[in-house]
Amino acid sequence: MYKIAVASGKGGTGKTTVSTNLSHYLAQEQAILLADMDVEEPDSHIFVQGQLWQEKKVYKEVPTLIKDKCVGCGRCKEVCAFNAITMLGKRVLFFNELCHSCYACLELCPHQAIEMKPQMLGQLTQINDKNLTFLEARLDIGQEQAVPLIKQSFDFIKENIPAEIGIIDSPPGSSCPVVETVKNCDFVFLVTEPSPFGLNDLKIAVDTVKLLKKDFAIIINKDDGEENIIRDYCSKEDLEILAAIPEKQSIAELYSRGSLIYEEDVDFLGEIQKIASKVNSLMRRKR
Amino acid sequence: MKEIVVISGKGGTGKTTITAALAYHLQDKCIVADCDVDAADMHLIFSNKAVDKRKFYSGKEAVINRELCKNCGLCQQKCRFDAIISLSNYKKVDPLSCEGCGLCSHICPYNAIRMVDRFVGDFFISDIRTNTKMVHAKLLPGGENSGKLVAEVKKESRIQAEKYQKNYIIVDGSPGIGCPVISSLSGADLALLVTEPTMSALHDLKRVVELLQKFLIPAGCIINKSDLNKNISQEIKEFLEENQIILLTEFTYSKNFIHAVKSGQAINEYDPFYTQEAIADVWNKIEVLVNK
Repeated sequence: MYKIAVASGKGGTGKTTVSTNLSHYLAQEQAILLADMDVEEPDSHIFVQGQLWQEKKVYKEVPTLIKDKCVGCGRCKEVCAFNAITMLGKRVLFFNELCHSCYACLELCPHQAIEMKPQMLGQLTQINDKNLTFLEARLDIGQEQAVPLIKQSFDFIKENIPAEIGIIDSPPGSSCPVVETVKNCDFVFLVTEPSPFGLNDLKIAVDTVKLLKKDFAIIINKDDGEENIIRDYCSKEDLEILAAIPEKQSIAELYSRGSLIYEEDVDFLGEIQKIASKVNSLMRRKR
Repeated sequence: MKEIVVISGKGGTGKTTITAALAYHLQDKCIVADCDVDAADMHLIFSNKAVDKRKFYSGKEAVINRELCKNCGLCQQKCRFDAIISLSNYKKVDPLSCEGCGLCSHICPYNAIRMVDRFVGDFFISDIRTNTKMVHAKLLPGGENSGKLVAEVKKESRIQAEKYQKNYIIVDGSPGIGCPVISSLSGADLALLVTEPTMSALHDLKRVVELLQKFLIPAGCIINKSDLNKNISQEIKEFLEENQIILLTEFTYSKNFIHAVKSGQAINEYDPFYTQEAIADVWNKIEVLVNK
């Protein structure tokens, strides 16, 4: 599968708008996966109808003690790099929220007194709507770690979803959840908006994507036609601007109620078509 | 000392705009903390002059010594993060995948792996133009441990508040509900929720409220662009009421919000006629809530 991450440094620039409209548009003619990897706040489902196909709980492995083998030596606490283990006298206490499932405590326990057990992390939901397969990864509230959930979601896609093209709605920011998402993709669309905040965060996103050695193109959202700091930056840095979605109250209103925008707004449709033809040319190049 | 943390669940609803407005209203009565270390933007409003800059190290990463490595592959076999890459006749660590657990360094039969401190980002204390201090940070692109960097920003802002005898810390949080958000909420006296009437923002607001209830943190809410969709605005208000969250104010859509950002000003500075009184009123309500 050729996977395209739709990402941005700043939140609320229009990742979900682009992902959902683009994948529905492309799905008119071919099998498409739309995957929502913004696991902390997954919103793409609002724009998807269709049939629930399957749900799967996702777990991470956390340590548990085999009591009659533990002698309370404290080796596990010593080797845990995440402060997820503490000792109360000779008693071992695990803080599972901090656990990275690295298995160091299990591997290095001199008495084989630790085994791993699964702990709920979140859930995957697959919905099918004709050509469109939608996968949502949703983190349980109170869980801190998005990365293992994202990792397992990509494994699930590999095993279960045959579509040739995947559009991946990514988390905001520039830290580990974005890295885990973009790492697993072949190309990145960076969605930004023409404000100093948008530009500042776009630069961070560009640095992150370059670090991961991925090719990318820029999509400007809420383009107000005024002098545009994003365009200046892109021409200076020689970055490809794929599309510029106009700033319009009517588009914001369509989004607010969960409607597909390209079906109702001609300007928006034109921009989605530009993005779609980029996707198709990337696919041709791959074949 | 009281900490007010501005969060939203969904990104782009106006956290930084509201945080900046409160900080501008309070002038030198507060310390400002930018905890959105992934995409820190507050410095664009409060032109800053760093008075203290330091590098922040957190966690470790593995480094393999090529001279000692016998290419046995045990590290690769045991690494849970697929962080060990095979090259022609030795192994290498992919720092973007390494989570720094140290298992490989413990088990390597040839002692070829050592753990080194990981540089996570830059950390600043700055003088800002409201005659106070701002504590902020810049995570390295692709950085790990943003939660720890957030914790460091909060710790330092408390020290600054103590030192300069400020009663309030105004914290700009990050989107989401994961580790940086949880970290920015620790020790908070009030969460200020910033939302907008879209189905996405309401969905995300519900998740963030559930998180607040887990941590027993009281909250107030501001609705931005409240005229964008009146039905959803109404739905948000009902949700707030059910959860006993006070609606502090609402702002209708105005281009001045973006114009303020473009001119590097807080909204109550750029457009005092429309917002100054409303922000002052929001602050009065917050003051009552946190000193209850």
